Amino acid sequence: MTDNAVVEQTDTNAAIAVLKEKFPDAIQDDTREGYQGIIVDKNKLVEVATAIRDELGFDYLSSATGVDYLGIGDHLEMVYHAYSTNGGPALVFKAQTPRDNAEIPSLIDVWPGADFQEREAWDLMGIRFSGHPNLKRILLWEGFNGHPLRKDWKEAYYEQDHKPFDSRWPGGHVYRAEERNVYGKNVAYPDDLDLSTLNDVSEESIYSGMGLGVSVQNLGNSEHLQTDRLIVNMGPHHPSTHGVFRMVVSLNGETIESLEPVMGYLHRNHEKIGERNTFLHNMPFTDRLDYISSMGNNHGYALAVEQLLSQGARWTPPTYRAEAIRVLMVELTRIVNHLWAIGFLLNDLGAFFTPALYAIAERERILDFFEATAGSRMMCNYMRFGGVFKDIPERIKSVANLVNDMVRDFNTMDYLTELINERLPRAVDELDQFLTDSEIIKTRTVGVGYLPPEMAIAYSAAGPLLRASGVPYDVRRADPYSIYPELDFDVAVRYNGDIYDRYLIRLDEIRESIRILKQILPRLERTHGENVFGPKQHTPRVPLGEAYGRVENPKGELGYYVVSAGDEKGPQNPWRYHVRAPSFINLTALGEMCKGHKVADVVAILGSIDIVLGETDR
Amino acid sequence: MSELDLRELNNTEFPIPADMQGNVAITSLSKLYNWSRRSSLWPMLFGLACCAIEMIATAAARYDFSRFGMEVMRASPRQSDLMIVSGTVTKKMVVPIVRLYNQMPEPKYVLAMGACASGGGPFKEGYNVVSGIDKYLPVDVYVPGCPPTPQALIYGMIALQKKIDGQSLANMDDVPWYGVGPAEPAPVPILGPDIIDPRQMDLIRRQAEMAAAGKTFAIRNLPEPIKVEKAAPKAAAAKAAVAATDDPAKAERLRKREEALARKRAAQGQNAPAAEPAGEAPTPAQAAPVAEAAPAEQGGKPKFDKEAMMAKIRAKKANKG
Ligand code: SF4
Repeated sequence: MTDNAVVEQTDTNAAIAVLKEKFPDAIQDDTREGYQGIIVDKNKLVEVATAIRDELGFDYLSSATGVDYLGIGDHLEMVYHAYSTNGGPALVFKAQTPRDNAEIPSLIDVWPGADFQEREAWDLMGIRFSGHPNLKRILLWEGFNGHPLRKDWKEAYYEQDHKPFDSRWPGGHVYRAEERNVYGKNVAYPDDLDLSTLNDVSEESIYSGMGLGVSVQNLGNSEHLQTDRLIVNMGPHHPSTHGVFRMVVSLNGETIESLEPVMGYLHRNHEKIGERNTFLHNMPFTDRLDYISSMGNNHGYALAVEQLLSQGARWTPPTYRAEAIRVLMVELTRIVNHLWAIGFLLNDLGAFFTPALYAIAERERILDFFEATAGSRMMCNYMRFGGVFKDIPERIKSVANLVNDMVRDFNTMDYLTELINERLPRAVDELDQFLTDSEIIKTRTVGVGYLPPEMAIAYSAAGPLLRASGVPYDVRRADPYSIYPELDFDVAVRYNGDIYDRYLIRLDEIRESIRILKQILPRLERTHGENVFGPKQHTPRVPLGEAYGRVENPKGELGYYVVSAGDEKGPQNPWRYHVRAPSFINLTALGEMCKGHKVADVVAILGSIDIVLGETDR
Repeated sequence: MSELDLRELNNTEFPIPADMQGNVAITSLSKLYNWSRRSSLWPMLFGLACCAIEMIATAAARYDFSRFGMEVMRASPRQSDLMIVSGTVTKKMVVPIVRLYNQMPEPKYVLAMGACASGGGPFKEGYNVVSGIDKYLPVDVYVPGCPPTPQALIYGMIALQKKIDGQSLANMDDVPWYGVGPAEPAPVPILGPDIIDPRQMDLIRRQAEMAAAGKTFAIRNLPEPIKVEKAAPKAAAAKAAVAATDDPAKAERLRKREEALARKRAAQGQNAPAAEPAGEAPTPAQAAPVAEAAPAEQGGKPKFDKEAMMAKIRAKKANKG
């Protein structure tokens, strides 16, 4: 899709051979056990990346993340996963740098989508990216002490490197972490803390990237500023930001000149906690990433670890029924998410809560089913490595209605059949009928927030955002997993790349999901009684190696990069656990999309990306 | 006491003539005042994390907390009475939260929704997570759950209404906002190398001096983690299993020894010092309910006996029937 001639070549081995020919000294195979791809000399990184994009056709940078190999090779490593938008497997390439003064050339000129991911790697891992124009902390605040994802960095409540902690298991003694901390809370200060020179620079640094050339202190009397330039802060407390997201907007009159997303207000340290947890332990944490679609998150993580597990000896892949149930859950989740997204997009357009109430009415039905199956409405924690933890129940009993405390009792298959064949299609048609032709909605959305296809690819946009720009890229088709290959559905795609199309594509996707679900129902009937989970393993023995599992989550491509470095007997914890969060990376293009629009459109554009902060900030 | 219903209004200590009943009501000012406040609790439209989704679901058509007089969610702190802290409080976010709280007019209440807001929740150990909003703000109601179901949230809000019912205009401690002047604002934390609570400045300074002098500084005796013997290694277990098949007498001996060990462990567990209360930290008692609920004697619990448990359950069921 780029202007350059795309080689119809997605075979990774052939691609690597071409690269080796071209850069004989700069490229080595990654020969570590369980690893794949190539290691690129960091001085040649930009050239190699350009060749990968232009000559080999891997035009889409999916994920870029750092790993700290303290004690294993004593270096830091950046891992890049590039894909072709024509489909096919990844080309994985890596660059290494020593831990002291870590520095790697920035790939932002090759893929602008690397912007936030490199800032994250700088923030959490302490890798400097030479050539990055705006390299500052992204999730934590400027002035924070250290880079927390380094293996030798310890949090205030640090107890031990790996769970289960000796103090709790097998004895079961529990004490509050506050009691072990002098301050009684989750804080630790460096020994050389000097309160007299303490300076909170976290705010000032935000404005320093606005291209103003002045710091906040002298905004008042500066000659550099034009009189009508105005900086508006939106968030982190704002009714329309879908959570604690903040945008600093620089306005000329009412027109947006530049926009800087500020995040990290919900940075809950998933990755650090995930590296202390055991593999299985992380499953419930994935629920809390994109908390509207927890089933999808479970699926991605299960796929990543299963990739590793399948290298081992004792591995039973999920049964057919387990796969069918997974797809059932994930597609229901997609519907929940898109209904939610549409409802709250309308909220952002000013239709305060009425459309949202209608949109999320059917969600409750789906959540009832989740609750009956997994035990929780939102945080399902349902999938396991090698299946799902429990079959769907025979009957659904719901006591959730407060008004008339009656127990409703349904046969599950009847319930699902009614839901999928009648209720959900009716709900979509209702939204379609009321919203699609609305004059106001069209005026507010058509042509607003345009994202051209080349830019969508370059910015690593994913999911509905990418497909509404005319790029038919859906991981379910491009790099198939589970039983999607045998299911009949179309990849929804729209071509105008504006808010209106992003709204329409969500309706399309709900309809496609319903189509998939209709095919799943007979499969469930057919496999009734089949096992859904192989032999139970509480601490699965995960072989050495790395894996990148990705799924098409409702918000876009969700990827998990997992490294297992412990041997079979050692602690069973991921050495690295990274989440490629679609909400986070989709935001990279926000500034571009908003430029030139009015300030009232910002909120609508943000709503059309459909972010969720649990995933953005992790 | 809780409700101000018609029956109560008509049957007061002061007899109301029959022909005026239903037209004249007598009640105390406090009750009237509380009734009007409890029935128009306006929460702030303010979501933090996953719990916010359940909060929206609670406001939506199915659960609909407007039935209890809480329907008007206000985006501006100036117009709201209740801050529902719905989600994980991070260090970066606690600064705006405290500011928002300070901007709310009195009377104001805080409801900590979910495990995260109450005590840190699943992310407690994270480096950017505040272990409960009560480390910075006074909390009126804690709602447990991850996330709490909509029912639980409504229950929490009803609990808050009950609390309001119990406040009396005659008691200045209950209604301090009619007292001398506006309340002191909660101190806004500072983002330094780590988050700094201005109330702890002194402590931090002393600590830094001690560190400079190369001493460690402790404000309280830290409880020693209980040393527990690791479970019998796998090899031994396997051996025991083999023994069981080979030699019943030996297996019996092994079992007895196990039991004795278990008893000994249990006794040790009980003697261990219980966790001390939270000390100087400005922590209301309710923080981290989970942690307090787990006493030390769990240390040496005898082995789980499935048979006995099943028998118990069966007995219970039989009793019910
Ligand atoms: S308590 Fe659970 S659901 Fe609520 S914010 Fe915390 S993690 Fe999310």
